[in-house]
Amino acid sequence: MTKPVTLTMDGVQIEVPAGTLIVNAAKMAGVDIPVFCYHPKMEPVGMCRMCLVEIGRPVIDRATGEKVLEEDGSPKIQFSPKLELACATPVSEGMVVLNKSENAKRGRKDILEFLLTSHPLDCPICDKGGECPLQDLTMGFGPGVSRYLYDEKKHLAKQYPLGELIMLDRERCIQCGRCVRFQDIYAEDPVIAFTHRGRSMEIVSYSDPGFDSYWSGNTTDICPVGALTTMDFRFRARPWELRAAASLCTHCAVGCNLTLNVRREAVSGGEWVVKRVMPRQNEEVNEIWICDKGRFGYHYAAQNPERLRQPLVRKNGELEPASWKEALDLIAERFEQAGQGLLTLAGGRLANEDLFNLGKLTKGLGGKTVLYSHMGGGKLTSRVGLTPGSNLIDLGAGSGDEPPDAVLVVGCDLEEEAPLWWLRVRQAARRGAKLIVLNPRRTKLDNSASYVLRYPFGNAAMAVLAMVNALSQKQPDLPESVQALSRDPDLQAAAKAFAEARNALVIYGSEGMGLVESSALAQACANLLLTTNHVGRPNNGLICAWPHANEQGAWELGWEPDENLVESLKQAEALYIAGADPVSDDAAYQPSFGSDKFVVVQDLYLSQTARLADVVLPVQSWIEREGSYTSGERRVQRFYPALPATTALPPKAEAPGVRAASVLTRSAPELEGPQADYAIPALIAERLKIEALNYSNAAVVFAQIGETIPVFAGLTFQKLAEVHEQWPIVGRGDMYYGGTTYENTQGLGVQLKLAAPDAGQPPLAWPQVVDFKLPSLGMMAFPVTRLYDQGSTLMRTELLHQRIGEPYVVLNGSDAGRLKIADGGKVRITFSNTEQSTIVQVRLDNELPERVVLVPRSYGLFISGPTPVEIRQAN
Amino acid sequence: MFAIEIAKGLVTTLRELFSRPVTVQYPEEKRPVSKRFKGRHELKRYDNGLEKCIGCSLCASACPADAIFVEAAQNTDDERYSPGERYARVYEINMMRCIFCGYCEDACPTEAIVLGDNYELSFYGRRSSVYNKEMLIDPVPEGGKTTPQKVEPGLYTRSIPVMKDPPDWRTPF
Repeated sequence: MTKPVTLTMDGVQIEVPAGTLIVNAAKMAGVDIPVFCYHPKMEPVGMCRMCLVEIGRPVIDRATGEKVLEEDGSPKIQFSPKLELACATPVSEGMVVLNKSENAKRGRKDILEFLLTSHPLDCPICDKGGECPLQDLTMGFGPGVSRYLYDEKKHLAKQYPLGELIMLDRERCIQCGRCVRFQDIYAEDPVIAFTHRGRSMEIVSYSDPGFDSYWSGNTTDICPVGALTTMDFRFRARPWELRAAASLCTHCAVGCNLTLNVRREAVSGGEWVVKRVMPRQNEEVNEIWICDKGRFGYHYAAQNPERLRQPLVRKNGELEPASWKEALDLIAERFEQAGQGLLTLAGGRLANEDLFNLGKLTKGLGGKTVLYSHMGGGKLTSRVGLTPGSNLIDLGAGSGDEPPDAVLVVGCDLEEEAPLWWLRVRQAARRGAKLIVLNPRRTKLDNSASYVLRYPFGNAAMAVLAMVNALSQKQPDLPESVQALSRDPDLQAAAKAFAEARNALVIYGSEGMGLVESSALAQACANLLLTTNHVGRPNNGLICAWPHANEQGAWELGWEPDENLVESLKQAEALYIAGADPVSDDAAYQPSFGSDKFVVVQDLYLSQTARLADVVLPVQSWIEREGSYTSGERRVQRFYPALPATTALPPKAEAPGVRAASVLTRSAPELEGPQADYAIPALIAERLKIEALNYSNAAVVFAQIGETIPVFAGLTFQKLAEVHEQWPIVGRGDMYYGGTTYENTQGLGVQLKLAAPDAGQPPLAWPQVVDFKLPSLGMMAFPVTRLYDQGSTLMRTELLHQRIGEPYVVLNGSDAGRLKIADGGKVRITFSNTEQSTIVQVRLDNELPERVVLVPRSYGLFISGPTPVEIRQAN
Repeated sequence: MFAIEIAKGLVTTLRELFSRPVTVQYPEEKRPVSKRFKGRHELKRYDNGLEKCIGCSLCASACPADAIFVEAAQNTDDERYSPGERYARVYEINMMRCIFCGYCEDACPTEAIVLGDNYELSFYGRRSSVYNKEMLIDPVPEGGKTTPQKVEPGLYTRSIPVMKDPPDWRTPF
């Protein structure tokens, strides 16, 4: 490590690592040096001059090289004649920093007066008002009155939308450039920039749609004024009126820590509503960033008139409202009849507690549990996955003689599948880690990669095996295509860098793959890690970019997907479907719901699957209840209730000002309204007298998980709620430093230990891979993931509809030319396996191989894996 | 001996009998309140009928009794309530909670809320003690239009209307 340096800060002697900037050294010592343009996550630029301090350095005798001493024996300090920047000056030995001297104070006052010459007095209506660094620092250091004339203020455009997500007020901008730098350095979407100069300098967006980035919301967090604000939160509340609840993002496997800001709302009948979603610092997961899907895509879980509010039971062919007692009694009776014929299908959005209870109930009856997912390999991620102490922020060039770390991203468009990992992997590459991108087509991550390798669509596992093969020649009976791939010098170099790396991890996704293909890919990746001995240590191992928040947790709890789900659903006598909507995804599942089958669905909304069910049970969304998720990095994290559970009946529409005293009627003795997902199987189990499952409290269920599942051994909610000091220090009173991100006070989560190997299943197995070749005739469709999809969780965020767009497929230009289709034209796509036929838009990508069609998942097109399709002009 | 004292007393009574009475016949007759009296709040309008309130919630945050609830929304040129960017969609004061301290008036950046001279506040239930915006807002002045107004685009471009210093800003009462 670097040598510590001793300096004096406001009369207090402190010791910090060499190279630390003064502003950060001050932070470590608990001294606040105000800043606007400096941000601890970015390099200093020194644009705002707010951090001016007096700096003195010991005088060195040039002849002897010794420190000159005062008469009393202390070193003689010479102060520079002018104030210096604390944000851009690293500490040096014996430095004396005066932050509270009259000179420093005057400097700050002058800078603030200067910044305020053109800043409008919008504070009363500004969304930043109340958590605004400029407001705070003006109160702290600014002049009481302005000497400038009101009429001579510079007027620039106000209410200037940068796209439909972010609002810009050019007059409020103080030209710190934090947003521009963030978009360049972190988001790699340089779609906003400064134009003009001096007092006319303003932010512009060059993209169409405006501010076209998945990361735009973060700029509103780090903007030190109200220049950038989100449309979602526009005028919805003042920051000081909001209550904060710690939560987690459910949209992907990263498990970003969130803070939900809630408030009662008169126009919603006096109910509590989520006003906005803010990031919560967790340097091991999402640092202080979140993507726009997490920030804006919460509306589905909020209170909504479309939400299910009471159980529905099918009577005379129609779903009719029923009491919980009636519904549960019926379910218990029919499940008991079904016994081993029960199949429980659960989605990866359910919390650990839900999956545990659902599993226990199903196993108690002798039934079968199936995880609803298009990705496999969870057994391997729990055995050769990340171990406690892993943190992507530690990956880098390696110090001293150590080789750099390596990250292999394979079959994955990481920014679309797990945005925060994309951001962190990219930062690791910027720090010097070797990034190997192995993908069938160009992705944004290629720009940061040390090695960009391509493989033909459908050959992901093959390509990884070729890397293994390039390192050792132990598998001579490989298909010729693998042999050929492993002779590629780029691939050999990448494999060598991976093998030699200090730490190496593999992230695999589901680009162009279904369940079978991704399971094979996971095995191939595990083989690569095992043969290069990158297993069992922190920051080494296998990560899967699961499509849902808790799929890793589901695997850890013994849930697995079924390769032949359609058949299994057909054979089951009773179906219990929780947190999954297979029928909306693929109409092929519809025939499995025969009339003689008893189907129970528990969901937030009356989904397509729920419409076919015999009993539909309403559940609480994740923001209304407690629970825990296991992220793709195997970190178990806890989320807290932010809103009271949705009530049984929709609140009456009342004139504003007249709010019903609904509190009095809410605590009825009978079970009413939506229940937590873990409570419902426990209530059924109680009726069947099979096992005592807990339905009162997620903490108790989690404690049971800790007692029964070996990898969770010793974990409790208290453990998950533990926090420790994180760097940089953000989210306290000093919002000028880190932005409006919330401090993490309610739990950083715990990473799981590696699962013990199963008897009889060695981790180093050779996966069953077929030498996949495109058919010589016709087109082949491959599923890809897009961040903004038409899934039911995102379509309820109307703000994002324009970005989501209509269903589309991506074609090669020459294929399109052959079919006489222009970019943006319409085609009819027919899937050969399901005979489903839809009219969709065409987007052209000439880098795509011929006869390959990319079909985005959750866009209304039913695709589970590589599928032959027929494409015709739509007319 | 006591007769003198009694007579003195009766003289006082006799004198008061012919002087003007100090009581008024409330509620038929009302006594004017002082200039700085703090009665029921009034939400003010500009002369053109637009509301002065911009929905900033500063009154609510200044309120020591937590009696005010504000919910804002955005103005558009088709539906304009106030000259700024934002207006109060919901504005409620719980008169049972209010202590008539006038902090809200001090906090208001646009002089929208003023404690008026109406002191006749009585209600039959707790719920009717909550005064909403319709009850609090002043009638539209003569020549003005009611809100929401449809206005020409580009007429109101500021976030907060330009405020003149109030006339009595430098000269205390």
